[in-house]
Amino acid sequence: MTDATFSPTDAALGGGEPPFDVREWLRLETMPHFMCPGCGHGIALRTMLWAAHDCGIDKDDLAVVCGIGCSGRIGGYIDANTFHTTHGRPLAFATGLKLARPDLTVVVVTGDGDCLAIGGNHLIHACRRNLDITCLMLNNEVYGMTGGQVSPTTSAHRITSTTQAGNFEPTFDACRLAEAAGAGFVGREVTRQAPALKSLIARAIRHHGFSFVEVMSDCTEIYGRKNELGEAPEMILGQKADMRPEVYNDAPDRPFRPNALPTGVFVERGLPEYGDSVRAHVAAVRTGGTGR
Amino acid sequence: MTTATLSASAPGAQTSSATLTALHGNHACALAAIAAGCRFFAGYPITPSSEIAEHLSYELPKVGGTFVQMEDEIASIAAVAGASLGGLRAMTATSGPGFSLMQENIGYAAMTEIPLVIVDVMRGGPSTGMPTRPAQGDVMQARFGSHGDRPVVALAPASVQEIYEETIRAFDIAERLRTPVTVLYDQVIAHLLESVAVPAPGAVRVIPRKWANGASGPFRPYEAGDDGVPPMVRPGDGHRSHTTGLTHAETGFPTQTPAVVDRMMRRLLGKIDANRALVERFATRATDDADVLIVAYGITARAARRAVDVLRAEGVKAGLFRPITLWPFPEDALKRAASGAKSVLVPEMNAGQLVLEIERVLGGAAPVRRLNRIDGEPIVPHQIVAAVKEIFS
Repeated sequence: MTDATFSPTDAALGGGEPPFDVREWLRLETMPHFMCPGCGHGIALRTMLWAAHDCGIDKDDLAVVCGIGCSGRIGGYIDANTFHTTHGRPLAFATGLKLARPDLTVVVVTGDGDCLAIGGNHLIHACRRNLDITCLMLNNEVYGMTGGQVSPTTSAHRITSTTQAGNFEPTFDACRLAEAAGAGFVGREVTRQAPALKSLIARAIRHHGFSFVEVMSDCTEIYGRKNELGEAPEMILGQKADMRPEVYNDAPDRPFRPNALPTGVFVERGLPEYGDSVRAHVAAVRTGGTGR
Repeated sequence: MTTATLSASAPGAQTSSATLTALHGNHACALAAIAAGCRFFAGYPITPSSEIAEHLSYELPKVGGTFVQMEDEIASIAAVAGASLGGLRAMTATSGPGFSLMQENIGYAAMTEIPLVIVDVMRGGPSTGMPTRPAQGDVMQARFGSHGDRPVVALAPASVQEIYEETIRAFDIAERLRTPVTVLYDQVIAHLLESVAVPAPGAVRVIPRKWANGASGPFRPYEAGDDGVPPMVRPGDGHRSHTTGLTHAETGFPTQTPAVVDRMMRRLLGKIDANRALVERFATRATDDADVLIVAYGITARAARRAVDVLRAEGVKAGLFRPITLWPFPEDALKRAASGAKSVLVPEMNAGQLVLEIERVLGGAAPVRRLNRIDGEPIVPHQIVAAVKEIFS
């Protein structure tokens, strides 16, 4: 870095020892990344690496499994074992990988369309099994990669390229879905609050079981613009309706997420972890305790 | 029980003492998978393949392997790919409808060069069709089911013994060529009870996967040697490589540079052609002086073999060419077998699928006739005998 005033470390944010340097976690040769100016996914990328750092994970033992879409491209930038799989299926790929390699820390990065629409069935069964995987669902309320179509989390009345008169479909509450399906850990945080998001992701990674984290991101270029939600600062500040400070009162009076979903840890419960159950079953069969 | 010898022609299997055991086809498939080193199975129940999953659900834990029943066939093949990426020999088993659902991820495994085995026990189609009736309707799905051009290997055993051998061979080919391999057989052989020479435990030769060595300097995970097959990266070994279904360069990262795309695609497709000797397997019966050559595979080849014997006894010079490898099709072997034939007959339990490839290979050298049965019943010998006699009438 030539700009001495800019530090990519989290020293200013009171980071721990050794200090977090995002450059150590990135494939710098893949930079600059392809995400649009103001896109929250860059914050999500940095924050998840920060959390991995805080958890003391060795890059060699980190597997990042992504689906398809803007969120799916996150993995390619990370200096770890990274897998860019098929649309909606990263949780299914990750299930096989984690069962084969319980020694790896497996983090799935997915989006609202990838995880809740085409991959919805895999999400509920991943929650039910409770295998030790951390799932980060980057929710930007839209299919960004394909040009801005309506998604299962698009807020009411929003204009998208397939709801040009406004969205009339109800939306998913992904966290309540994950809780009902049996996930051991469920939480939500906004990219605006990176330290809080980092802590949440770190807690999710440390949790022994399936962890679902909804990361409230934003799409400035083809969602915010179309819906007159302001520029990147307004959108980021508007990720929660009650977080919009007075200094931004010249922003349009249309908070990004009018339904103001709650944030924080909603579920943290010690349910049987699927890999443990599988290994206990194998051990029992091999000692003649069960099976045929 | 008597001692016999496993067919010496089965690559991947050592010639050694074996135990003759009565097995159903699907049971033989499950035991062969274990013998071949399979340590991960993910699947979804579907007739007439379910016994493979059922047997593996209790055979795999015995050897420390993992069985998981997934939420659908899409998840099953994805989990199998994930487990293979993690380092385990892995497989799934299904039937036509499930095979259809798997096609996208089969293409992903071909593109990213993940070794895995898919067993497709064919039943009457299309759609839900006739779940408990046999058919050979997935021959072209095995070849063209996934979008784009991709390397394809499909093996078609004709007996329970051959299910055992071809399942072992499927793992061997998948691992050595880093590609998905499909084992195709029908409901009849799946549920047929026959004697199988089961090798002694540990007698099947399992070649370890070719892994990339530890990290040192710039690493290009998709750079292949002379055999066209790059070594695989084992997560945790320090290479930290990227795997993507996007068209990628030797670096593993996406590219759209025409020259690089062309080079990568030709290497991907070419690795099968370059290893045809490993992949192709076929059998012949009385083809040397045959006037009429019957080309049949799977259960239909059993009827064809009987028909050849009946016709020979009546003085008709009939012969049988039986491809065991359907894809890539053993072209040269068929041309040799058909070189003296005045006519070729292709009986199939479908409306005419492999016959299209046979017509292409023979290029009009001999007239190719069809015998198709699509009523859920296997083709019987007298049908083939009658069809041959009609040719010469």
